[in-house]
Amino acid sequence: MMFRLFCCALAIALSLGAARAQDSDAPLQSLLQANADAVANPSRSTVDGLVAALLASDLPGVPVFLERWRDRGVYLRSSDGLFYYATKAEGGYALVDVDTGQDAGQADSADITELRPNAGVRRVIGSALVAFQLLDDDPARRLAALDAIDRSPSEDQLEPLRLSIDEEPDPALKDRKIRLERLLSARFAETPAQRIAAIESLEGDLGVDARAVLNLILTTSPAVFAELPTDRNIAAVLEPGTEALSEDEAYARLVEAGFAPPLTGVATIKDALIAAMDGDAVAGIPVAGLSTDAAREAAYEALAATGAVPPLVTLDDQAAALAAHRFVLLYAEPDPAITAAAADTLEAIQFKVGLNQAADLALDGLSLASIYFLAAIGLAITFGVMGVINMAHGEFIMMGAYTGYVVQLFIPDYTLSLLLALPLAFAVTFAAGVAMERLVIRWLYHRPLETLLATFGISIALQQLAKNIFGTQARPLTSPDWLSGTLTFNEVVSISMIRVAIFVLALMFLGLLIYILKRTRLGLEVRAVTQNPGMAASMGINPDRINMLTFGLGSGIAGIAGVAIGLYAKVTSEMGADYIVQSFMTVVVGGVGNVWGTLAGATLIGFLQKGIEFLNPSNTLAAQTYMILFIILFIQFRPKGIIALKGRAAGD
Amino acid sequence: MSGSFIARNPSVLWFLLALSVFTVAVTLMSEVTGVGLISTSFVKTLGKTLCLCLIAIAMDVVWGYCGILSLGHFAFFGLGGYAIGMWLMYARTEIIVVQSLANAPLPPTDKEVTDAIATQIFGVVGSAEFPLIWAFSHSLALQLLMVVLVPGLLALVFGWLAFRSRVTGVYLSILTQAMTLALSLYLFQNDSGLRGNNGLSGLQNLPGLDAVPQSVISIAFFWASALALGLGYVLFAWIVSGKMGSVIRAIRDNESRVRFLGYHVESYKLFVFTVTAIVAAIAGALYYPQAGIINPAEIAPIASIYLAVWVAIGGRGRLYGAVIGAAFVSLLSSWFTGGSAPAVNLGFYTINWTDWWLVLLGLSFVAVTLFFPKGIGGLFDLIVLRPVPDRQGDYGPDKGAWRREEGEP
Amino acid sequence: MSTLLEVSGVSVTFDGFRAINNLSISIGQAELRAVIGPNGAGKTTFMDIITGKTKPDEGRVIWGPRSISLLDLSESQIARQGIGRKFQKPTVFEAQTVRENLAMALKNPRGPFDVLFYRKSRATAARIDEIAEEIGLTDDLPRRAGELSHGQKQWLEIGMLLAQDPQLLLVDEPAAGMTPAEREHTTALLVRAAETRAVVVVEHDMEFVRRLNCKVTVLHEGSVLAEGSLDHVTKNQDVIDVYLGR
Repeated sequence: MMFRLFCCALAIALSLGAARAQDSDAPLQSLLQANADAVANPSRSTVDGLVAALLASDLPGVPVFLERWRDRGVYLRSSDGLFYYATKAEGGYALVDVDTGQDAGQADSADITELRPNAGVRRVIGSALVAFQLLDDDPARRLAALDAIDRSPSEDQLEPLRLSIDEEPDPALKDRKIRLERLLSARFAETPAQRIAAIESLEGDLGVDARAVLNLILTTSPAVFAELPTDRNIAAVLEPGTEALSEDEAYARLVEAGFAPPLTGVATIKDALIAAMDGDAVAGIPVAGLSTDAAREAAYEALAATGAVPPLVTLDDQAAALAAHRFVLLYAEPDPAITAAAADTLEAIQFKVGLNQAADLALDGLSLASIYFLAAIGLAITFGVMGVINMAHGEFIMMGAYTGYVVQLFIPDYTLSLLLALPLAFAVTFAAGVAMERLVIRWLYHRPLETLLATFGISIALQQLAKNIFGTQARPLTSPDWLSGTLTFNEVVSISMIRVAIFVLALMFLGLLIYILKRTRLGLEVRAVTQNPGMAASMGINPDRINMLTFGLGSGIAGIAGVAIGLYAKVTSEMGADYIVQSFMTVVVGGVGNVWGTLAGATLIGFLQKGIEFLNPSNTLAAQTYMILFIILFIQFRPKGIIALKGRAAGD
Repeated sequence: MSGSFIARNPSVLWFLLALSVFTVAVTLMSEVTGVGLISTSFVKTLGKTLCLCLIAIAMDVVWGYCGILSLGHFAFFGLGGYAIGMWLMYARTEIIVVQSLANAPLPPTDKEVTDAIATQIFGVVGSAEFPLIWAFSHSLALQLLMVVLVPGLLALVFGWLAFRSRVTGVYLSILTQAMTLALSLYLFQNDSGLRGNNGLSGLQNLPGLDAVPQSVISIAFFWASALALGLGYVLFAWIVSGKMGSVIRAIRDNESRVRFLGYHVESYKLFVFTVTAIVAAIAGALYYPQAGIINPAEIAPIASIYLAVWVAIGGRGRLYGAVIGAAFVSLLSSWFTGGSAPAVNLGFYTINWTDWWLVLLGLSFVAVTLFFPKGIGGLFDLIVLRPVPDRQGDYGPDKGAWRREEGEP
Repeated sequence: MSTLLEVSGVSVTFDGFRAINNLSISIGQAELRAVIGPNGAGKTTFMDIITGKTKPDEGRVIWGPRSISLLDLSESQIARQGIGRKFQKPTVFEAQTVRENLAMALKNPRGPFDVLFYRKSRATAARIDEIAEEIGLTDDLPRRAGELSHGQKQWLEIGMLLAQDPQLLLVDEPAAGMTPAEREHTTALLVRAAETRAVVVVEHDMEFVRRLNCKVTVLHEGSVLAEGSLDHVTKNQDVIDVYLGR
């Protein structure tokens, strides 16, 4: 009864509306009224024609209408039979005219009906909408449409996307459209040939989404058959008991598929026995004797003989069941040609990704190597020239980093403070190094092991001092904005700007040191003292002064390294200790007393550590362990490091 | 022979006498066997200190006599502790598990017991299975063998590799430090099979001796530690006296000259390195049941460096010096860091020793190296007046590491 | 006279510098030989090669009746084969007593466990006393080697060499820092030693070489320039040009 009334009302409304529809001020409303029934009660069969009509009208309001329609924002007012956009408002709904977009007054909630297109219809609307958005004049909207396709690709987006490519004026967006078209074609194109062509065109594409599409095509699911089927697209036949499929997993699949009874496990037997316990015995067997699996199995079989429990399924049964079935992985995609093309393409892409990952890894290794180089070069200089191992070198690194931190406390501009922190850190640690050389090391020449221990004493004192002053928590050393970005080469290869900066810094210091050692008077004297201190002294070189300057230089570089390391890691009182062993390793592996040796050592260790971390990414501790083991073995073959002085100058 | 050995080394007798007097005195002052002047925890501290003295004399032999500044002997100490800790933990957990399974409806199978123990021990690192290295942990005898074998083999292999390639001086020190670091980093992993950074705990509870109070156990371990120290002292005094000691000290002072005399220097170094590593491991096996817990932080490189500090402060090249250094510094250190040391008020700043002790230690260590290279043990020279050679430069364990002059070996 | 040591075609290069250049020398069973040459002629490197300290780039070093190649042996193995060496600067173990120094050098098993369980015997003590007497250090046996004078250290080192009881003694400038009387004594000792074994003396002092009265080999730029009696080589024009004439 109600329904009929409603229909009557609707009919009246429609006729009224039809009268209004002639109104040329409201072309969209009139078009809608012309198809009012299809708009109000859309179905899969009617919606295509309606959408086509709307698109054909070429009216400016159509995209907005489609969007609102899909999102259930279009309402039908019973009183005049017109369509409005409506939003909930105080005391009912605020109406908006579909043509003008102007406010059209208020309506009572009883007076209007929300249009509720079903999911199928909404999909059709959506794809029509995509076509509109893809052809929108606003590039931002076109981009948004592409992003939407990227997020949730579907079959019906393919056609509008294809149509929009030729119309696209923006070259960047056009490229993106072409690429998206390929990705969609790979999955949804009509003919297998088209799909294969699209799949093959993805070769060489490093994007994660390309691999995702291929992996989607190659999705597999496990299945069990008594005989191998011929009409299914089989990805692989798995042998139970191999790495890909353990026997237990295989049997679990059989059980799941209902092809075999579950194995009577130790736990099942135990539960069954406990359940069937009768005083001190189970099935007539005393409980006290059931302390081995064999005895329990025997008791269970006795129980099974009485019929109280299902018969024992043993490992033999499991093996027999496994032998009687074939375990396969099935492609979700039925066409083997497509999966084969996808597998080939994926393999090619993976290879290229591998190459790029190697490049990325090399960049990481290079940046780690520059850090080690900066941390170790000061140590190498003091060790090479003076034969002195400075265990407090790590603490000089820490002092440099804290200097940077303190400078930032006073100068809020990060760029300025960084520029100031570098020379200041050098000055602070240079002074500390000179002081240490004059007060301690000078008195311990020719006693390297005692120097090692004395500098270690200084190291623990400095570390505790830093803890007392700055506290135990990590202090930030913030890098300026221009250093916080990332340098991206492609989807796989990228490196953070800080690391680039550290690399540049290391290069600068390499150049500077080579220049000082090879081209300046100081360098000449340093080299003279390195090779023969006694002779150098008799030539009028003051070895004490040279030693002092060398030690200051080595310590100063440690300070600069501290600022660099502090920028990408936190500043703590223990940061020096974290680098000291690696620095020693770098010096030892590289060969003592040689800038190039330190460079070689840092490169080897940096690349090695990154390489090991890549092979075992979950476990950086293990990576460090293996690296140290490698170094111990390396020393076996080159006890004097990569670049060793030979002959008489080696001073062995 | 033994008579002449003691006669030639009167300090051994003096040391044994002092050790016995100390042991008896502590026993008489403890809570259980004496008048109760010393608390059980302090007896444990003293017992642990004796173990530290034992590893210190091992360090003195390898460094002060043989000239190898090993920064790895605490790794052997820790391995010894881990080896005995594995048995302690297994056996104790086994007792608990067997007790709790006794109430189960069915008598447990062996596998159920083992699985339950494994779950108890390794639950904390998310595992429930025994790793292969625990294969002997059920047996005290086998695990005691491991105390000696594992560190001994490690020292043998590492020493063979290092000495064979003629790595000496600071290089060797750094290499041993690297070995220690590698070991501790490895043990820090959860899947190392030794409970990662949780380490082994509850070691003070001896399996089956729950009824015996800790005060008794502490005295027993104190005696065992004193006995081990005494035996270790005699063993090392014997090794470093006589011709062996002569060769070892010669290697320290001029390694290649010894080689030209026809001695295979590497074998001697390997012998000393391995024997001291084994003694260090035994010291560790006695230390950790008294400490109650062992974790990888104990064998970090810093611990081995502290060991060198003790020996240097005590005076290297004499065994009693190492004992004095280890006892003095480690007891002083626990006094300062334990908060018992009175804070010094400077008016504008109060020196809190828990914060400043390491600064003091570091600086006094520098001072000892600079001004008292003979350490505390050097004071005894003032009493005994050892003949001091005068026509020489700065001979010492490290001279071999720094020689440039042509024509010298 | 059969050959004890045969060095043939040996060359060594240090960073492009040829220290030894195709050197060939052979030493007989019981022979005293003096090796002279200007600085840098390769005298010390020659000794380094024989004692295993330096491995040559090419050439052969053959030792003893069983013709063992010394190049495959380590320093300590070579020393145990019976080659003793005295260094240019006296290198004795200064922290130990003279007796300990001699005891260490004494010919005995050299393995660590042999040494660990080594027990003094009357025979070895007598042998040490005998050597001490020969080198004039009997009264100094309990003293530390570091307390000895330079000349006494030289003697101690020679004593250690004798204690090793080698078949070949390589002696590098034994007379440096000795008084004329001590030189006399050294000469006598070396000549006596050469009666039963081979002795190679590297020396700068022509007077000392003349007193040894033996075959002389002149080295120059890493190879043999002349060989023969001292009078013979001093008349050689090449020798005069490169060495004596300057």
